[in-house]
Amino acid sequence: MVDLSVRIGDITLQNPVTPASGAFSWEYNDVIDLNRLGGLVAKTICREPRLGNPTPRMAETEAGIIQSIGLPGKGIEYFIDHIVPEYAKFKPPLIVSVSSESIEDFAALARELSVPDVDVIEANISCPTRNSTGGNFAMHEDHTKKVIDAIRAATNKPLWVKLSPNAGDIVSIAQAAEEAGADALVIANTFLSLKIRTDNFRPALGNKFGGLVSPALKPIVLRMVYQVAKVVKIPVIGIGGVTKAEDVVEYMLAGASAVGIGYAGFRNPTALVTIIEDLEAWCDARGIKKVTELIGAIRDDDMETDTLVAASVGV
Amino acid sequence: MSLEPSDKYTDSALRVGERDTYPERLVGEFIGTVVANEWVNAEYKHMILAVHERALGAYAGQFFHLLCPSPDGAEVWMRRPMSIYRVDRAGSRLEFLYKCEGRGTRGMAMLGPGDEFNLAGPLGKGFRLEPGWKNIVVLGRGVGLATLAPLSQLAAEAGVGVTAILSARKPEVVMSRDLFAGLGARTEVVLDSDGTSAVDNVEAILERLIAEKRADAFFTCGSSRLLKLMQRIAKKHAIPGQVAIEQIMVCGFGACYVCVRTFEIDGVKTLKRVCRDGPVFNLQEAVGW
Repeated sequence: MVDLSVRIGDITLQNPVTPASGAFSWEYNDVIDLNRLGGLVAKTICREPRLGNPTPRMAETEAGIIQSIGLPGKGIEYFIDHIVPEYAKFKPPLIVSVSSESIEDFAALARELSVPDVDVIEANISCPTRNSTGGNFAMHEDHTKKVIDAIRAATNKPLWVKLSPNAGDIVSIAQAAEEAGADALVIANTFLSLKIRTDNFRPALGNKFGGLVSPALKPIVLRMVYQVAKVVKIPVIGIGGVTKAEDVVEYMLAGASAVGIGYAGFRNPTALVTIIEDLEAWCDARGIKKVTELIGAIRDDDMETDTLVAASVGV
Repeated sequence: MSLEPSDKYTDSALRVGERDTYPERLVGEFIGTVVANEWVNAEYKHMILAVHERALGAYAGQFFHLLCPSPDGAEVWMRRPMSIYRVDRAGSRLEFLYKCEGRGTRGMAMLGPGDEFNLAGPLGKGFRLEPGWKNIVVLGRGVGLATLAPLSQLAAEAGVGVTAILSARKPEVVMSRDLFAGLGARTEVVLDSDGTSAVDNVEAILERLIAEKRADAFFTCGSSRLLKLMQRIAKKHAIPGQVAIEQIMVCGFGACYVCVRTFEIDGVKTLKRVCRDGPVFNLQEAVGW
């Protein structure tokens, strides 16, 4: 039977399938055994209690849903006292997503979250509905470097950095995060989107803009994972449109060490466990002994690496 | 083995009669089989599903999260939450009464006997009957009556008397009168078409029921206007109450915070998740919509 375990820096995941932050909570234990998952990823926590954005918070489009939640939560004190213990009842490592609008507060939050039951800090520097200097630091390399430098200095916990697909050049931003001391990169957050109702000419979401959540993200994010994994030495976790075991395989072939899942778990609450079981069967059927054999195993050495050049010279 | 992208992600669900992979879980993802899906009037349909026995644990006010087929070729991305209309434990049947309005329910309307239908649940906190209540009043409008119907079943089983006030636009779309009456409920129909659904008249009916000692508790669903009326009368006479609330939903498990509504508790406004904190809430805490 295949060994599904993967290493993300100093952390071992029993399999490469984790939920995406914001799409998961310990309450899913009602329907699946959380001990089956590769990791547990808590909803992004901020310092102060927040109610979140006005409703409606979700609208369906032709190609997926857009949503804008606004990082609701009860604040860091409540989180450490009441939410962390809920996750601590389960075996997989706890990855705590955190966000702030200022570099100083971001670092302070990371320090305060460095408690024994927290295994990984995931710096959500890419909330799509925040601006580039106020939380969405991942839009620019210099903002990314500064905020990750500060967080790195504040904690010894493994530090994963969640990047934005809305940035112009995600490779440069990934390199900035690596240089600042990130232990892994999470690619990517949602795509900033808009839907306008034609009956009343109003934006469909209460917060106007939202992030696109859809299987349609997979080919785009897969390309980003491929490009980033080529140039960084730290592990990459791919998030975007995974709905089945082959999608996990595809992300790993592109260079990801693990994946995060949002949409599929919304649609089928048992999906994550199904995907883990199917991945195991997929590997066993092909005689793959360790799932890590798939990481970066895409066979493209004989192909032009610069697709723009390839297109311009013709065939 | 086959891992076709088109059908893979529903394969995790339990089919009727299939071995239960996760029997210790409170909630499951099931594939029910449609037994009947008939129109009850021009706008509403009644679906009867044969379901896995674990889905039969549902109680009044809880809901299932339904993976609706597409009515138009484009994907229906998210599940649709729908409160249960009736649970038939002896017959292993779940029933839904629904208005064909949006893309999800229009897709659901296309299903026929023998078709499979993926549902997750039962979810949420349902209605609660306190031991001291001998007579309750349920006041519903439109499809809200479907949500209140199993409460009457629950009350009938507990020997609690029910008066059901059924509000509708016109006589043709009054629903569930026979179901309520069949459970021994006294029914009063109020209509827009003859003006009897006006707040003043419904208020007079509620006051009469209180005077007759038929109102130990109030229950409502389906109308913000009727919610506000019931809140006012309940406060005046110190009658406890519960309201079932709807909202656009994504996960159904309390994780995503899409389905929040505003509530006011001790003068402080807050947001609660309809899926997890509800869908049944304290009558006086709901703010309306």
